[in-house]
Amino acid sequence: MSRYTREQMAARVARDIPEGAYVNLGIGLPTKVANYLPADKEIFLQSENGLLGMGPAPAPGEEDEDLINAGKQPVTLLTGGAYFHHADSFAMMRGGHLDICVLGAFQVSAGGDLANWHTGAPDAIPAVGGAMDLASGAKQVFVMMEHQTKNGESKIVDQCAYPLTGIGCVNRIYTDLAVIDVTPQGLQVLEIVEGLSFEELQKLTGATLRPAA
Amino acid sequence: MEQAVEGIHDGATIMIGGFGNAGMPSALIDALIAQGARELTIVNNNAGNGETGLAALLKAGRVKKIICSFPRQTDSQVFDALYRAGKIELELTPQGNLAERIRAAGAGIGGFFSPTGYGTMLAEGKETRLIDGRHYVLESPIHADFALIKALRGDRWGNLVYRKTARNFGPIMAMAAKCTIAQVSEVVALGELDPEVIVTPGIFVQRVVQTGVQTSIPSNPQEAAQ
Repeated sequence: MSRYTREQMAARVARDIPEGAYVNLGIGLPTKVANYLPADKEIFLQSENGLLGMGPAPAPGEEDEDLINAGKQPVTLLTGGAYFHHADSFAMMRGGHLDICVLGAFQVSAGGDLANWHTGAPDAIPAVGGAMDLASGAKQVFVMMEHQTKNGESKIVDQCAYPLTGIGCVNRIYTDLAVIDVTPQGLQVLEIVEGLSFEELQKLTGATLRPAA
Repeated sequence: MEQAVEGIHDGATIMIGGFGNAGMPSALIDALIAQGARELTIVNNNAGNGETGLAALLKAGRVKKIICSFPRQTDSQVFDALYRAGKIELELTPQGNLAERIRAAGAGIGGFFSPTGYGTMLAEGKETRLIDGRHYVLESPIHADFALIKALRGDRWGNLVYRKTARNFGPIMAMAAKCTIAQVSEVVALGELDPEVIVTPGIFVQRVVQTGVQTSIPSNPQEAAQ
């Protein structure tokens, strides 16, 4: 079975981000989306630690310990970018000013519930960061994740088994097998990786899907 | 530095600025470790990285409780060991709620309804309200006895400007503490900071201490003034 690579997933998400959008990319896989944003479109990347107009990683030797992203990696500021404090940064999310956030996930439910911060295991040390603020605050929440766990279990489920990050907050899911919208009518398949049928996709998915029109 | 942390008492609640190491007031933390106050409650986004700064304060056994959003990291081994041994209490708060709870304290707000975390385990036991069709959770302000923050430049009146993303929690923590202590790379004369770009007005800052030029200071003074 063919699957979208992580790079292809990132490129696919980037295609759905319109000119002029204010966007927050989560830590991990979503960070790759930045590499595929077209140079001819003006898109504003926000970083929760107080940065709007975030640019790419600096050249080796140009790193600045005071200029980092949410993953605490060195970044740059685009011409026209701005710095601000944490309350302003999260007002951008909570106040509905941020158009899109792209987050990783452990699980997404058919109703758009998101679980991405805590496995709930008794020995796990919980850490939430800005995940809940982004999930409930951004106008649109895109999730990027593998369709299945390493054990072959679907990460798209009827009800999340892991502790929730947000309720009914996910709008679109990008996996290595498909692109799926969360709609009031259910999970609407938009695209499937080449060579995989809808029926096969449904078998690999833990919630009912609606075929592409 | 000893004078800067004078009066910090056992059992104090202390906000410490920084997001990871950016904006962490390491010189003040080192002074606090030397000063010896214990049974502290610390408010920070994280719970220490590596072995220095906040991690060193934890390792010295001075902290009984930490209020933060993201304790677990690849280099949070000091916190991890204390937490697993039951030697430190953790109050986990979504990062935006943490920031707004700090801001609320500084702004004299008695509590606020936030949509963040509604329906999750971090909102368990908290009052909720439906406002205009949306669910909210009642969040309380976080007050502190002291705030230790790092800024780029400060003056005798306590006015501060920051540097890049090292600003993060500094301005709101300065507002939320009874006594805010700022370590700055340079103390400048009154009037040298452009009043149009002062980020933290001096009313929020009680002590300013110069730590000298650091490696992160840009060589271009134009940039430093931003």
